Amino acid sequence: MRKRYIGTALLAVSTLLGTTQTMADDYPERPVSLMVSYGAGGATDFQARLVSMMANNENYLGEPIVVINKPGAGGRVGWNWFASDAEADGYTLAAYNVPHFIAQSIEGGVRYDADSFEPIANWGADPAVVVVAADSEFNSIQELLAYAVENPGKVTVSGAGLYVGHHIAALQIQKAIGGKLAYIPTKGGGAAAMKAVIAGNVVAGINNLSDAYRAREAGNVKILAVADTQRSEQFLPDVPTLMEAGYEVDNASVNYRGFMVPAGTPTSVIDFLASRVPEMFSDPKVAEQMAAGGSGVQVMSREEVHAMWAARQETLNDLLANL
Amino acid sequence: MEFLQHFGGVFEPLSFMLLLGGTIGGLILGATPGLSPTMAVALLIPFTFQLPATQGLILLGAAYTATVAGGAVSAILLKIPGAPANIATSLDGHAMASTGRGTQALHVSFLASGVGGVVGVLLLIFLTPVLSRWALAFGPSHLFWMAILGVTVIGSLDSRSFVKGLLSGCLGLWLSMIGYDDIQGAQRFIFHDSLTGGVNIITALIGIFAIPQVIEMLARGRCEHKVSTVSVHRQSLLESLKLLLANGRALSIGTFVGSIIGLIPGVGGQIAGLLAYDQTRKFSNDPDSFGKGNPAGVIAAESANNAMVGPSLVPLLTLSIPGSPTAAVLLGGLLIHGIFPGSDLFDNYPDVAWTFINSMLIGQILMVIFGIWVASHAARVAHVPPPIMAAAVTILALFGSYSVQQSMGDVYIMLALGVGMYLLEKVGFSAAPLVLGLILGPIAEANFIQGSMIANAMNGPAEYFLSGTLNLLLLILVLASIGWSFFSTHLANRRARNLSNTAEVSLES
Repeated sequence: MRKRYIGTALLAVSTLLGTTQTMADDYPERPVSLMVSYGAGGATDFQARLVSMMANNENYLGEPIVVINKPGAGGRVGWNWFASDAEADGYTLAAYNVPHFIAQSIEGGVRYDADSFEPIANWGADPAVVVVAADSEFNSIQELLAYAVENPGKVTVSGAGLYVGHHIAALQIQKAIGGKLAYIPTKGGGAAAMKAVIAGNVVAGINNLSDAYRAREAGNVKILAVADTQRSEQFLPDVPTLMEAGYEVDNASVNYRGFMVPAGTPTSVIDFLASRVPEMFSDPKVAEQMAAGGSGVQVMSREEVHAMWAARQETLNDLLANL
Repeated sequence: MEFLQHFGGVFEPLSFMLLLGGTIGGLILGATPGLSPTMAVALLIPFTFQLPATQGLILLGAAYTATVAGGAVSAILLKIPGAPANIATSLDGHAMASTGRGTQALHVSFLASGVGGVVGVLLLIFLTPVLSRWALAFGPSHLFWMAILGVTVIGSLDSRSFVKGLLSGCLGLWLSMIGYDDIQGAQRFIFHDSLTGGVNIITALIGIFAIPQVIEMLARGRCEHKVSTVSVHRQSLLESLKLLLANGRALSIGTFVGSIIGLIPGVGGQIAGLLAYDQTRKFSNDPDSFGKGNPAGVIAAESANNAMVGPSLVPLLTLSIPGSPTAAVLLGGLLIHGIFPGSDLFDNYPDVAWTFINSMLIGQILMVIFGIWVASHAARVAHVPPPIMAAAVTILALFGSYSVQQSMGDVYIMLALGVGMYLLEKVGFSAAPLVLGLILGPIAEANFIQGSMIANAMNGPAEYFLSGTLNLLLLILVLASIGWSFFSTHLANRRARNLSNTAEVSLES
């Protein structure tokens, strides 16, 4: 009797081992899910659905990608789940938002940091921009920030929550001017923050380039500066970067989005994804749809993302240390 | 009258098929607990990738319209509001259904939805430029007072006891504080992982409304024959239509409140139904009959929550600001086709914009027709034996709460809230004020803190919250609402005393 148990157990173990072996070879053999830690319809969700729509193509994954949303607490709910509960077998990918998750891990109270995840590839970059209402008295970033220096704490600036790109940009601007802004985080993301600017509830706002571009097209706002190392030639060739305007603000607040897997995923699976996914992001059809939506595309390889994460970690450690 | 030229587009074969499909699908999705209008629209977006912009939007618009109305089906028959917008519907709707007037409740609910919806879309067509300025007029201080106005309704929502109503409301406010606070970066009452994201409102709705019912059904189960389930008899549409017309006041209050409140970004949809319900009751000659199956309650709630659909798109279409989660999803649907909504939308893409709006108009009418057709089949729900019904509702509740954000944690929260609510109901508390607290808590809190932060950079909170016409107007409404609650309670008490003193039948009533 006992022998039979042992026999069955051995069989079970060997089957398990066998499956892990073949799993890596045949990967992927069933649909792959992609966890998005923001709600359906938000910018990250929307873009994640766009960039993964070609996954079924044999040249990419050969299996469809299914988006699942786990929103809550500014992304913490989804990434907590991904770090501790997701199977590291390559069938559960997640979308990352940098600097969000790195800043949150520095703030603490979450179960992840940059080492909990393995990057696959980056699909997009959405820089933060400084906006004021169309009828605002400020016409340049210098005017606005000079006023902020003279009136510490009087310039109200809206942005989408704490420890997100907008907040990081506000902190960097404060550091650069040696003054104080009244940063007003909103619930309900970038749209609520933009509404506060257009309605004149706040003096200025920090928002996503893509949303600000649309708001400017609609005649509602003026865009004063881009918080990036280079201008957005595609959408805002006439708007200077903060660096050009003479402020020491780099691209640490740019909202990078891409795919990642949990640490511990088999190397063969990571290599497979790292070679196929950037190609998928570069597909002309994806690029066309992304451009139509006003979303900035920036495809980066696994190595480039690794370097970018490390650079962010360093900048944010400094910036958030004295908060 | 430009919109008339674009009616043709709606009736092209493919467009009309999509409109039909979106409406019927939307009604079914809306009637499924846990599938909110926002989610229904988000699920449909990938299907629109392959469609031309106009047709894609027709599908989304039809689905949005129909899911809002479809939520009434489960609210009336199962007492599970499909979305926050349908909470007020369930109060009288389910009471009507349990006294054998389920079909009638569904009829008036769809008819009222249709009337409210058409008026809302007409407002969108004719008054968009005027309304867009109104939508921007609400800053943090005004939204705070709006939420407080909603809070004043809490005490009177519970028809049994004013104090217990307030207590349930406070419990709801407290529940809404659980989770990570985006504005101050504080973690509050997070004892377990599944609470990190707070209590999701859809999850809470399902737990609070569905689970006590299931327990009730199982508790009585076999031993008693008198199980209170819904009974639906055939009732003529003409009768329902007459009933609707007889309640013209409820219909107009609902439509008016719904379209005004629907405009306000971030608040609108969730409380339009409840505020309209409350106003209708306050203006009624017989406020005590509400909550016990008064069709006026259903009519007010449903006309309000569909009247809000049209105006809620005004900020999106003119200012490119999505005023509600559903509008945010629709924005995604527009962007994917390279259409940037904004003040020049109607100049740059008149065919897309007008066909979309027209399809919502036609969609409202189709929704009424198919809704009434659904009502005639709803009778079958009534023939299901209670134990099977209990099992079915449990499955729907489990499935619905899981699907909101693919989280088992939400299922546990749903079950815990449900069992808790069952016990609270045993001691005389009721669900509606608790849910209202849960909805209004975050709105009041976020806007109060934001307002205070802005006020600190200006001339201080007193001036920020208490000056300006709109602030004062809202403040007066808040005071009037509180005053009226006390006054009407006082009146009701005196009437009750008079009745008990004199055995004669009062001539007044």
